[in-house]
Amino acid sequence: METVVKVNQLTKKFGSFIATNAISFEVKKGEIFGFLGANGAGKTTAMRMLSGLLTPSSGQASVAGFDVSTQAELVKQNIGYMSQKFSLYEDLTIQENIDFYGGVYGLSRQEKKDRSNDIVSKFQLETVIHKLVRTIPLGWKQKLAFALALIHKPKVVFLDEPTGGVDPITRRQFWDLIYEAAHDGVTIFITTHYMDEAEYCDRVSIMVDGLIKALGTPSELKTSFQVDSMDAVFQLLARGTANKI
Amino acid sequence: MPYFNFSPAERQTKYNLMKKFYAFVQKEFYHIFRDTRTMMILFALPIALVIIFGYALNNDFKNIPIGILNQSKDQTSEKLIHRIVGSGYFVVEQTLEKPQDIPKAFKSGKVKLVVFFPSSFQQDLYHAKKAPVQLIADASDINTAINTTSYLSGIIGEFNNENGRENSGGVQLSSRMIFNQRLLSVYLFIPGVIALILLIISALLTSVTLAREKETGTLELLSISPISPYMIIIGKVIPYLILSLLNSFIIILLGIFVFGLPMVGSVALLILACFVYTVASLSLGILISTRVETQQAAMFASLVSLMMPTMLLSGFIFPIESLPLPLQLISNIIPATHFIILIKSIMIKGAGISLIWKPFFILIAMTAVFILVSIQSLKRNK
Repeated sequence: METVVKVNQLTKKFGSFIATNAISFEVKKGEIFGFLGANGAGKTTAMRMLSGLLTPSSGQASVAGFDVSTQAELVKQNIGYMSQKFSLYEDLTIQENIDFYGGVYGLSRQEKKDRSNDIVSKFQLETVIHKLVRTIPLGWKQKLAFALALIHKPKVVFLDEPTGGVDPITRRQFWDLIYEAAHDGVTIFITTHYMDEAEYCDRVSIMVDGLIKALGTPSELKTSFQVDSMDAVFQLLARGTANKI
Repeated sequence: MPYFNFSPAERQTKYNLMKKFYAFVQKEFYHIFRDTRTMMILFALPIALVIIFGYALNNDFKNIPIGILNQSKDQTSEKLIHRIVGSGYFVVEQTLEKPQDIPKAFKSGKVKLVVFFPSSFQQDLYHAKKAPVQLIADASDINTAINTTSYLSGIIGEFNNENGRENSGGVQLSSRMIFNQRLLSVYLFIPGVIALILLIISALLTSVTLAREKETGTLELLSISPISPYMIIIGKVIPYLILSLLNSFIIILLGIFVFGLPMVGSVALLILACFVYTVASLSLGILISTRVETQQAAMFASLVSLMMPTMLLSGFIFPIESLPLPLQLISNIIPATHFIILIKSIMIKGAGISLIWKPFFILIAMTAVFILVSIQSLKRNK
């Protein structure tokens, strides 16, 4: 299997504060990689470096075959991104949002049309395609945001707590979409605070104080920490920090 | 590493860049046309401001009510009174009988000024070759008092000259107002309104729209997209640049055709002045938006730090020369000050570029500083 994300001793310092401390890992094509950690553990910093937004202080990382510090523009063209805020324009219609993001990624008119038709038929949006995003339910917004993150067929998609504030049924449906994308060969890089979602990932890393403290499949992690849930694994690592402080 | 991968390299072409840019500008126009508040600021506010300043806050005066107390009742005084009324600036509201009536006339508020010819007027005029006329003004309304007395002095002076009654030889003072002979305040407020409107549209609206993208998280998504930060900002400001220029022409046309503002100078130079000032205001808006996180903060910063000084210190409402020195210094760093000088010089005096390169240069230099500081702020976030 092709390696899509390669991270080697990646470090980011802000003054004397080390946000990400020499982390290393690899993610394969079509893998769902869970990126866990408490707030302030360094997840966001690492994600921002991988998406070409922040320049690493030291170490290397490549995403979709491009170096994040020297080829940031090519990295950006090959990744998708979706956050908890869904990042749709509320005062634009669904169609206009699709056209806008298609335009931003430089899709041709035909590509835009095809992609738009795909999205409409997949999510049965025929009746609401010309409605303002503001007026559609949260669950639909979330699915639409995911579809838009994939509009330019990226190799990797970064999902930053994509299921925040959504009900469990919609969350389950959303994960079906994630599996489908992964099956199509898109690498999924996801952060979440829901430990049941961590169980759905192919592999999980847990960051504590800028370091990756655990990395493996959910079952490997549970076995090595001798607990029966990812929640327990996370609690053990997080409590370790609490004692240190 | 497959650096020359076909699809990304292909997509980085110039044609694609233009398409991305077009998508961006189109989206921005959707935002503008769908937001009622923005539309109000863009189209209702300029017209409202012009009308308010044009009609309600009119400093020009005509038909000022005055009182006449003529104890002389001779031919000369009657002729002078006739002349005063004939000027159109004054109407005789009340004819008084004795000096004791003067306070009452002012207290009733019926007259703003009383012209008093003492009973000795006729005799003095013939024997001493000069006769006093007293002007008594209600100075509780100081502007009117100063204006009416100076107008009346002018009329009386003119009357003296025509009748060959120079009271002494030597130098005769004669002043003439040039460029704005009728002393119309429209000459002052139209450039001021343009300066204010362009500032509101450019600085306020752009800083708010950028802050909104920060708030909703769409800016995050844009920064992860292949659009460069510079393109995001240029795409954001282009619609506002177009609308600002459109607006300034609406105001100028209103000024010319409704309020009789002259247009003596070069139209090209006027367009250039509006363009340079708009770009300066836009860069201020960008600067504000790099420093704030919310729409509210952007709005507050624009209103307090830009609009208030522009209203008060740019020479729009108060003449710069009459400000205390520290405020005069501040007025120099307000872009509107220089823009108002440009507009007046071009439209009213017909000045060419050789006379007004300095305000142009100052505005361009200011823009450069604002943009450099903005870029620094953007980079600090990296």
